[in-house]
Amino acid sequence: MRFKDVFSIIGPAMVGPSSSHTAGAVRLGRVARQLLGCRPERAEVTFYGSFAQTYLGHGTDLAIVGGLLDYDTDDLRIAHSLSHAEAAGIRVELRQGTGPAPAAHPNTARIRCFAPSPSPADGSQTAVSMIDRIEMIDMTGMSVGGGTIEIARVDGFPVRFSAVYFTLVLWHSDRRGLIAEAAGLLYRHNVNICSMETGRKERGGDALTVFETDAPVPDSLLLGMKALAGVRAMRVVNLGDRTGE
Amino acid sequence: MRFHTLQELARLCDQEGVTIGELMLAEQCRESGRTRELELRKMTDYYLIMKQAVSEGLKEDHPSRSGLTGKDARQVHAYLQREAEATLAGAPAAAAMAYALAVSEVNASMGRIVATPTAGSCGIIPGSFVGSQTRFGWSDEHMTMGLFCAGAIGYVIANRSFVSGAEGGCQAEVGSAIAMAAGALAELRGGTPAQAVHAAGLALKNTLGLICDPVGGLVEIPCIVRNGFGAVNALAAADMALAGVRSAIPADEVVDAMREVGAAMPEKHRETAQGGLAATPTGRRIMDELYRRNSSS
Repeated sequence: MRFKDVFSIIGPAMVGPSSSHTAGAVRLGRVARQLLGCRPERAEVTFYGSFAQTYLGHGTDLAIVGGLLDYDTDDLRIAHSLSHAEAAGIRVELRQGTGPAPAAHPNTARIRCFAPSPSPADGSQTAVSMIDRIEMIDMTGMSVGGGTIEIARVDGFPVRFSAVYFTLVLWHSDRRGLIAEAAGLLYRHNVNICSMETGRKERGGDALTVFETDAPVPDSLLLGMKALAGVRAMRVVNLGDRTGE
Repeated sequence: MRFHTLQELARLCDQEGVTIGELMLAEQCRESGRTRELELRKMTDYYLIMKQAVSEGLKEDHPSRSGLTGKDARQVHAYLQREAEATLAGAPAAAAMAYALAVSEVNASMGRIVATPTAGSCGIIPGSFVGSQTRFGWSDEHMTMGLFCAGAIGYVIANRSFVSGAEGGCQAEVGSAIAMAAGALAELRGGTPAQAVHAAGLALKNTLGLICDPVGGLVEIPCIVRNGFGAVNALAAADMALAGVRSAIPADEVVDAMREVGAAMPEKHRETAQGGLAATPTGRRIMDELYRRNSSS
């Protein structure tokens, strides 16, 4: 089921003109931002398929940059996001993808975003991202219609999540028992897992696990997760909160 | 969700003696784990944004970023107010048309709307709902249940077929929206779940094969006027079903046909602005002017 609830059909509330090319694009940018864990200093956005053909007319560029600013889909500032990004010191490069899209959907974007050099006064980082800095996120996502998205790839790992649920992304090493320990932590905090997937680059090498959960992941749980041997970094993706800068 | 087809949806409603809207609300609460009150409030908030978009769109012209569109809603509305009795389609249809155009123009100007199921088709449900609400004196609570009903129909269509023009053409966006609105309006007027499903099936048949061919890739030409037509068709399909007309091809099979037709649609007719109206001499000229302007600014 690509569409899981009534509000993926009626909704989102959004600024126009296109749910797939504007609202979905805002969400793609926002997921990339939340995976990075802070305001990026630089972002490279590559459009494929229909995104590449029509992004200018739909404001897909404005939308993805709005997402990188952590705007929600109905934020009227999206119409001027490029100047807001410039004011915030974010350099944005837009490209039209050549060759086949890295995901099998006509509305695909690849977003690479880079964290700024650490600064003790940087208030844009959350408590969690302070403890596990991520230099760069390389994410490919699809906008599958009606503002619904599907993330297809993170840092070279094939994944599949929609950011409809509370989502916890864990970068770790391929170690026996680590997933059981992580799932145990969720269990002990009374958080139900509604889907999960894991993948590794090679035996004993880098791995990535995505948990989708029914309840928000409390900070205390994140600290416990961080303490597990082999966990390099983690991020919570939650598009339900209204924030934006 | 306990239903995956429109037939299952209608059968569940019959078994439990509830409307489609009520069933969808209960299923939504089960899926989200949130309370009935919270889910109702969220949907009511969406309905209020839709009504706001209607009045915004009628208050003043909403030129789009391209400057190509943004005056049609007010023209139709003024015409309706000038000679309501003389309109060919009749005042309620003309009002639905004006309201749908209004919301679509707000959308094209980067204003705030609710995707139903997409932004390209965001005028059809508000257009056909808001006028009917006034005419029949329905409450916002009643309209909110109508949105849950529309959502249930859209949920089946979206998961069995598609709702994006890039995947399935305009039939998937505007067609789905009309089917959702038609089913919901039939239910709001007291039709049975089976009648609501027939309304959706009847409506969807009428847009099978409709391509997505936006001029310059913008959600403007022909999207905005297709929303105006769509709102009127939703009223017509609901009336047909309420009168007792049945969709001879069951609605679920119409949804499957839409998927088959959409999958066979050439890429140039799926939101790439390479075919159809976008590729006409005038369509190409508009696109050239637009991109020349963009590259020189």
